[in-house]
Amino acid sequence: MARISKALYLTILMLLLYVPIFILVVNSFNASKYGIKWTGFSTKWYEKLVQNDALIQAALNSLTVSIIAATMATVIGTLAAVALYRYDFKGKKFLSGMVFVSMLTPDIVMAIALLIVFITLGISLGFISLLIAHITFCLPFVIIAVYARLNDFDKRMILAARDLGASEWRIFRLVILPLILPAVVSGWLLSFTLSLDDVIVSAFVTGPGYEILPLKVYSMVKVGVSPEVNAISTILLVVSLLIVIASQLIVRKDKTL
Amino acid sequence: MKLDRGFFKFLSIGLISSWLVLFVFFPNLLVVITSFLTRDPVDLVAAQPSIDSYARTFDWLYLQVLWDSLKMSLLATFACLLLGYPFAMAVASLSKRWQAIMLFLLIVPFWTNSLVRTYAIQFMLGKHGLINQFLLFSGIIDKPLDLLYTQFAVILGLCYILLPFMIFPLYSSLEKLDTRLYKAATDLGANSWSRFRLITIPLTLPGIVAGCLMVFLPSMGMFYIADLLGGAKNLLLGNVIKTQFLNTADWPFGSAFSVIMMLLLGAMLWLYYRATRYVSKKGGIDGADF
Repeated sequence: MARISKALYLTILMLLLYVPIFILVVNSFNASKYGIKWTGFSTKWYEKLVQNDALIQAALNSLTVSIIAATMATVIGTLAAVALYRYDFKGKKFLSGMVFVSMLTPDIVMAIALLIVFITLGISLGFISLLIAHITFCLPFVIIAVYARLNDFDKRMILAARDLGASEWRIFRLVILPLILPAVVSGWLLSFTLSLDDVIVSAFVTGPGYEILPLKVYSMVKVGVSPEVNAISTILLVVSLLIVIASQLIVRKDKTL
Repeated sequence: MKLDRGFFKFLSIGLISSWLVLFVFFPNLLVVITSFLTRDPVDLVAAQPSIDSYARTFDWLYLQVLWDSLKMSLLATFACLLLGYPFAMAVASLSKRWQAIMLFLLIVPFWTNSLVRTYAIQFMLGKHGLINQFLLFSGIIDKPLDLLYTQFAVILGLCYILLPFMIFPLYSSLEKLDTRLYKAATDLGANSWSRFRLITIPLTLPGIVAGCLMVFLPSMGMFYIADLLGGAKNLLLGNVIKTQFLNTADWPFGSAFSVIMMLLLGAMLWLYYRATRYVSKKGGIDGADF
């Protein structure tokens, strides 16, 4: 009885979590503009979408920023985690404190802080500012994921490698990296997800020259119903799923080697 | 070799230090400084120190907004905790394979941007939306309910978007729980309610505080949820900050609100620290990471 109610609860809550997405996907194939009643299967919103260059461009921009930001956050974050794990240096406490605080800082606070700094430093709002912002809020998650993994493994392996004459770079590439790879991949995935999902920070730090999907959608939704939003969201969901499945397959393959 | 070790160390530490100082420490410092300056119509901010911005947050209008925002965020946090705790407990009791699947399923919705998902909720809550249609159809009501543009709608939206952030920390502290404690308690004659009350709750306190922290603070900033679901009347703190920065260009005032949020974060972190200390004293489990 307890088992059944548990399974039931998990299923119901999970379903509720997916209801809005389900409606979105279904409505993207609904012939009716307002999507209140099902008036037949249609791909006309997808056809309309093909002509909406601005929306497609915004979606492509979103994907570009997410992929580059996730990759750069993963590279910097992994190096940082390794440094925090291996070395003792002045200001280490301060550094890990900043990682912790930046992870917990509410988006809106980080958004205005970055906006102020971009204006102060004279960085114009657009692709570069957006990228810097996304890397910044992804970084702590990568660092913490990789650091947790490093904490789990045997430090003597590094000592052994050094005794055998491996250079620092070789130790990183041949000993540390293979061991932390799962954490690096999940750090990348988390970054990609956070970046793709972000609205708040992006709303503050991007300029009119570089429009990304959530902000485009924001302005469209405020004006009225636009079923093309459903269509492009469906496509983006499928693309994200494909990227994630591909990255999982790469890790799997690596494990069997 | 000495040189090479030095270079790798220099590169990795230098990179992260400069990044964090430039884009985390320095910006936050600037926010604090800005909050103590005066507004300037031409240069946005004038180097004229004042505490005017803080005094203005006590304006009746803003106190009202602050209070409403706090209320909605608190209710959303509470609802997330009530929904998320049993969920996390159920997940933690599954097999490792199913745990991984469930956690994965919690992440998938995030690949549809949360703004788009909020839009879908707006659509469901409308006068002719799915929920009203269903209730009318099943005869529970005979007139469509005004669900959209209410505080309820905002709370629902916050809850929907932020629920996973409550579940993850709860799950990780539940997963670390030593199940032998249950056996011992059962042997000593404890029933399931007292096991839950005396073991599960106190030992997962860090997870509870962490989850509340991850829901409560972000929820105050989610201006787009208030915009899409709350209409013009039900504002969150994020809406006020956004207006000050992007519309009325009153940066010091917006910064003051942001500093208030950081102070709240500090208070909650202190609470978290107390909770972990309490747990490590009581249960001997180190809950310092989540």
